[in-house]
Amino acid sequence: MLGLNKKDFGLLTIVIILTVFAPFILNPFPEGSALAQFNAGYPDLMQRLVIFGIFAIGFNILFGLTGYLSFGHAAFLGAGSYAGIWMIKLLTLNIIPAIVASVIVAGLFSLLVGWISLRRSGIYFSILTLAFAQMSYSLAYSVLTPITGGETGLQPKVADPRIFDAPLAEGVTPRANFFGMFMNDSYELSVAGWVFTFNVGYYIAAIFLVIAFYISIRIFRSPFGLMLRAVKSNQQRLNYTGVQSKPYTLAAFVISGMYAGLAGGLLVAMDTQAGAERMFWTASGEVVLMTILGGSGTLIGPVLGAGFIKYFENIVSKINEGILQAWFSFMPEFLQEFFVAIFYPFIGKGWHLTLGLIFMLVVIFLPGGLMEGGQKISNLFKKKSKTDSGSGSAAPEAAE
Amino acid sequence: MDAIILQILNGLDKGSAYALIALGLTLIFGTLGVVNFAHGALFMIGAFVAVTISRLLTFSHVVLDETKTDFLGNPLKVEVPYIYDIFGEAAGNTIIDWSVPISILFAIPIMILIGVIMERGLIRHFYKRPHADQILVTFGLAIVLQEIIKYFYGANPIPTPAPEAFKGSFDFGAMLGMEGAGIIYPYWRLVYFAFSAIIIGAVFAFLQFTTFGMVVRAGMADRETVGLLGINIDKRFTIMFGLAAAVAGLAGVMYTPINSPNYHMGMDFLVLSFVVVVVGGMGSLSGAVLAGFLLGILESFASMTVVLETLPGINQIIIYLVAIIVLLTRPRGLMGKAGVMEE
Repeated sequence: MLGLNKKDFGLLTIVIILTVFAPFILNPFPEGSALAQFNAGYPDLMQRLVIFGIFAIGFNILFGLTGYLSFGHAAFLGAGSYAGIWMIKLLTLNIIPAIVASVIVAGLFSLLVGWISLRRSGIYFSILTLAFAQMSYSLAYSVLTPITGGETGLQPKVADPRIFDAPLAEGVTPRANFFGMFMNDSYELSVAGWVFTFNVGYYIAAIFLVIAFYISIRIFRSPFGLMLRAVKSNQQRLNYTGVQSKPYTLAAFVISGMYAGLAGGLLVAMDTQAGAERMFWTASGEVVLMTILGGSGTLIGPVLGAGFIKYFENIVSKINEGILQAWFSFMPEFLQEFFVAIFYPFIGKGWHLTLGLIFMLVVIFLPGGLMEGGQKISNLFKKKSKTDSGSGSAAPEAAE
Repeated sequence: MDAIILQILNGLDKGSAYALIALGLTLIFGTLGVVNFAHGALFMIGAFVAVTISRLLTFSHVVLDETKTDFLGNPLKVEVPYIYDIFGEAAGNTIIDWSVPISILFAIPIMILIGVIMERGLIRHFYKRPHADQILVTFGLAIVLQEIIKYFYGANPIPTPAPEAFKGSFDFGAMLGMEGAGIIYPYWRLVYFAFSAIIIGAVFAFLQFTTFGMVVRAGMADRETVGLLGINIDKRFTIMFGLAAAVAGLAGVMYTPINSPNYHMGMDFLVLSFVVVVVGGMGSLSGAVLAGFLLGILESFASMTVVLETLPGINQIIIYLVAIIVLLTRPRGLMGKAGVMEE
């Protein structure tokens, strides 16, 4: 169906189901209960989960397939953000022109950067992309202030031209919309203690995620995707067989740049602001973390990685000392103090420490990311059931 | 002329820091073949060794001073550093004043130890893994080290002054026979430059003139053959990693009076140092040093008002711009060797 084989279609269906029912899945604990702090079903976080999922899917098309490690992908997200916010300021508060413009601008920008950077490979490529991203970041802060707003960034103002929109009444804050549906509008459903929030912006972003995911499956399964894998496994051999690999890698670079631009445009559509800090090299590092953590080169891994990082970033940084005290309150006092003291550096502002540790552990023990971990566990169970029943198919599932 | 000399001088201190970090990075890369993204963190840890030493030296206990009274007539409480009790007040004050140079003595063993632990504990397991994995695991390590420092020392920069004797500036022009030309230069920056020149010279001399260095160089050229000759090259490379860590740490110790250390200074320098290494040419020690000074001086020229008026914002991007141009015109960097990092 849709040009996919059965397994890929199943994967797509899982993603669709997960995104559609995310408000339920992410809100498993009733409101006001002790575990309610683990709920993630509020619009802002859900939007970021899917947007960074798109970003990571795009990054994976470059890194997962071709093996080129770009350390400057945040520049395309930033460029997309600026393009989007200018569409919102100049044309209309409708998000469609903003998103289209952000994809196009990021695509052109990545064409330029990729055309230059892809002359080199390995660490030189990483440094070149990093150099471009840092240059964009510095310029956005200094010389390009008229376009980028410098440190304050850009927000839509009442006085903006917005040539397609009717002028806003005095005192009305400009809100991004999709043909009259405002991004931050939500419908809340209360069922016996649970409160589920259905947010317009989230579902629009989720539609883009599903489309982005579908396109990425098609790329992975296409001859083009096969060519990209060939680049990763042995570029030299590819060159010797007479294949010019540059057009393929460049296309992959531009595609992943457009994904980043789409993510940037969606970020702007959701919170209608853009700033240079999105281009800083730590932001580029973050998408690398997401992809590796989930499993680079796999289809669904990057989405999981992005979700994992954004979810725990939110949850772990919310935990404070008081909550820790409450968790360990069942223990004798000295043990309680001991455990609180041990866990304290990892929570709240210490989130980056936790992230760094998780990341190191994943790279050391699970180079294939969470996907590989899941596979190992499922293989373990399969072996067990095989020895139990003495039959069953021995063929291991192909890596996905 | 005087403006040019001043800019060269200004570029020297940053260039020295770039050169020292890049030298360590290249040493590690040349010996172990590992791309170490945690090298900036070592620079930062060095700076915090200086902070810790100066804190330890001023560690005080409270005594009641009977000769003075506060406004209520009670004896005044005075904090007296323990160091006074040991060496007396005058000598104690001198020691506290010279805390940054004293830290060097402590930083060398500490940094070598940290380096060896890092190499034996983590990086050893990554020799056979792809470069991307090495980059990623050291990147994670850098985040962890940085956050640990942040947890113990807070997020704010910690001022760590230079000794009284080296505070302030002097007329450098006078030394060149250009009295009053306006070449005013802080003492400490000159000290920093001299210090890094000595360190760089020492590292090169060590590699060039000692048997140990000779073996290491042979190992860099052909690890397998050296191993077949019955030399435990792994052990020597581990020591080289410790040495590279010490170089980065010393660069950090001496940098504290120029810029108050904070937990992310390592990352700020790391990104630039990588650019420096790549511009110099991966695997070339002299290339790293040359590119370090070159880019430091270029950066300071780009921050001149005259330049900024014609090309606004150029000081922010000059290093990256040069890196892009160099990499595109000289693919191996300024002094890179063939066959290094060319998969």
